[in-house]
Amino acid sequence: MSAAEKLHLHSETAQPLFSVRDLTHLYGPEKGCQGVSFDLYPGEVLGIVGESGSGKSTLLSLLSGRCPPDRGSVSYRDSEGNWLDLYSASEAQRRTLLRTEWGFVEQNPRDGLRMGVSAGANIGERLMAQGVRHYGELRAAGIDWLQQVEIDPLRIDDLPRTFSGGMQQRLQIARNLVSSPRLIFMDEPTGGLDVSVQARLLDLLRGLVRELDLAVVIVTHDLAVARLLADRLMVMRRSHVVEAGLTDQILDDPQHPYSQLLVSSVLQP
Amino acid sequence: MNAQAQTQYATEVGYNFAYLDEQTKRMIRRGLLKAVAIPGYQVPFGGREMPLPYGWGTGGMQLTAAILGAEDVLKVIDQGADDTTNAVSIRRFFARTAGVKTTTRTPEATVIQTRHRIPETPLNGDQIMVYQVPIPEPLRFIEPSETETRTMHALEDYGVMHVKLYEDIATFGHIATSYAYPVTVDARYVMDPSPIPKFDNPKLHMSPALMLFGAGREKRLYAVPPFTRVVSLDFEDHPFEIQRWDECCAFCGSQDSYLDELIVDDAGTKRFVCSDTDYCMQRRDLEEEGAQ
Repeated sequence: MSAAEKLHLHSETAQPLFSVRDLTHLYGPEKGCQGVSFDLYPGEVLGIVGESGSGKSTLLSLLSGRCPPDRGSVSYRDSEGNWLDLYSASEAQRRTLLRTEWGFVEQNPRDGLRMGVSAGANIGERLMAQGVRHYGELRAAGIDWLQQVEIDPLRIDDLPRTFSGGMQQRLQIARNLVSSPRLIFMDEPTGGLDVSVQARLLDLLRGLVRELDLAVVIVTHDLAVARLLADRLMVMRRSHVVEAGLTDQILDDPQHPYSQLLVSSVLQP
Repeated sequence: MNAQAQTQYATEVGYNFAYLDEQTKRMIRRGLLKAVAIPGYQVPFGGREMPLPYGWGTGGMQLTAAILGAEDVLKVIDQGADDTTNAVSIRRFFARTAGVKTTTRTPEATVIQTRHRIPETPLNGDQIMVYQVPIPEPLRFIEPSETETRTMHALEDYGVMHVKLYEDIATFGHIATSYAYPVTVDARYVMDPSPIPKFDNPKLHMSPALMLFGAGREKRLYAVPPFTRVVSLDFEDHPFEIQRWDECCAFCGSQDSYLDELIVDDAGTKRFVCSDTDYCMQRRDLEEEGAQ
């Protein structure tokens, strides 16, 4: 690799992928989220932790373009290197982004999947939306992704409702990853799954995130999930980010009283 | 003035020409102009109560009433046939309330109201087809929300249309959707061509006749103007195909018309006849003439 190439590679990872400034959306005093700013770099996993009602999910829907903020900006650098301001872009641009370069994994797989059509159609939908009109290719992509998320490829024509909860969640992940996105939002992806299924899903997620070099914003109330997946953490409380930093740093040496409370409240086995 | 001139043809007194009042007809015509201007786009209209239940062709009848003039010749078909209950009663309805001439012969008609079929006889530029549509929204099966489907139309977000076709191939090995087969009109809007069999889809493409679609329950109308590109959705490796039969019509021997299957006895003997009764009659008349 020449020096110039190295430099280029360096500048590629040195530039943030996603940039958020002073993002605010309040439903009432201290309800919602306010004054959130951060940069997310390619391949980085950002965890957002906090108690129920602290504004985690509001923040996630603001970030993913689902709800216009009262104040602040969200910008994204697309694969061509152009910065796009999410909320001044047209609805069509936002939708295209959401089904190509972004993904959203819902807490409840029923919200993220089409329950009335087969697993293969669920995986192929994004590709069809992007204009793939070759049945054989769609089929091959379906089988490939079922294998990647450890679902038996023979079940490609089964309806998602015949799948177990963990399988549905993995199917949802496959459906999002098929368009090779660069940024994935996850809202409590392991919520509602039992511990052993959670462990397998986390293992799979960690593998995929590293393999595909995905940037991820993951909302969770489970510190174990955060420790396993996230590079960086933001701790939220009453609509404010009270502490942000490297995951190990926050979990091993929390500074803010609330973070200390949160970390100490985890049961030690 | 025009309406006054027309009323003298009405055989039933007490009704305005073609049943609907003039203001309603103007409202529908305005909707139709918009629909023709934006091919395949669904225009809402203030649907009126008609003296028959929803699902019997109220949408088509309101459109027919709005465009009918005293000089028009009306043909009504149901399942391709001119002599079924629905076709007979709608034809008589307009004969009595508008006093217009009616016919069963396709080339003589200027307005043809239909459910299910486009006549086999090629249409000409002086004719208007009016379709009775049950569900105008082609995206409805996958997206129940009306606001969402409108946004999808506006943004040309039609990826989900292929999900249904994918499901067909995955389940049956071929595209099994055989009627209400979705089409793209003028490379823009995806449209449900009402419950016509996909056999008739190619007849929509570049047709010289104006095609109007009316959905009474959903209160939507849309149109395909003459000489508009209408392309059926498909996959590259599973192209669009129309139905084919090994048999030919038992009456007229036609091999290229849409055939209905009839069970003629208890042993399950099958015969196939043209679904378009007028086309079948025309062919038989021609044969008789040839024989004489």
